[in-house]
Amino acid sequence: MTAAAAFFYLFAAITVASGFMVIASRNPVVSVLFLILAFVNASGLFVLMGAEFLAMLLVVVYVGAVAVLFLFVVMMLDVDFAAMRQGFQDYLPVGGMIGAVFLVELLLVVGSWAIDPGLVHGPLAVSPGSGTVTNTQALGLVLYTNYFFFFQIAGLILLVAMIGAIVLTLRDRPGVKRQDIAIQNARTQASAVEVRQVPTGQGVEV
Amino acid sequence: MIGLSHYLTVAAILFTLGVLGIFINRKNIIVILMSVELILLAVNINLVAFSTHLGDIVGQVFALFVLTVAAAEAAIGLAILVVFFRNRGSIAVEDVNMMKG
Repeated sequence: MTAAAAFFYLFAAITVASGFMVIASRNPVVSVLFLILAFVNASGLFVLMGAEFLAMLLVVVYVGAVAVLFLFVVMMLDVDFAAMRQGFQDYLPVGGMIGAVFLVELLLVVGSWAIDPGLVHGPLAVSPGSGTVTNTQALGLVLYTNYFFFFQIAGLILLVAMIGAIVLTLRDRPGVKRQDIAIQNARTQASAVEVRQVPTGQGVEV
Repeated sequence: MIGLSHYLTVAAILFTLGVLGIFINRKNIIVILMSVELILLAVNINLVAFSTHLGDIVGQVFALFVLTVAAAEAAIGLAILVVFFRNRGSIAVEDVNMMKG
């Protein structure tokens, strides 16, 4: 067994095992941590396949942003996760059945492709052979030319998602005192200071 | 030798785990969102496997777009989840149909 095959089986086994732990663990914090493990090992699979740029992107975007976002939300919400496990056994038979059907169908698709490789067409844009340009360069050559509008639309989707998330979670609670520089600068002596004559031997009514 | 079908099998198992996770964690919407991420990861593995096997870089471009949409989806989904928790004090998915209007 070559080193590549050994690494494939290592990454694939850890990916599948941690994917199983994501859906099976009791604590969602543990689920998020196993999700991170699954993503890191999937990026290892990407490196084995020769897609280095996507592998690094997976680590940066998923592990660095999405999984940490999940971790924030899981820890921010004060939820009784033990009560959420109610009905786990109820859903298990039908869920397992549907999962088994899915798995068999997908493996049949893989098997049929292995039987008849002529099912697929030739490449749309031939990726350059190794040695001429790196994977990142090849991706950029296609992404910024043929797929430029898709790239722009992807950026727009991210912008809309960012604005949507901000608008959804923004709230102004009444009664919270915040510093407002404009109001502070607009204060004059007339509005801030009041001079009163204090009668001797008496106080001042505020 | 590790061929295309090995990667496709891994992706199929991951996809199935994601679908199974949606079914057996019906009450916990956070784990449902994580299962969706697993499904998208499986799709990405498929795209990259075909891309490198066929020598067609377009598959990796589409995997990049899937990654973008997945990140946006996670951000919006978690924002909705936070707002829902703020309004109702729980994240039980059964109560979502109370959120009329």
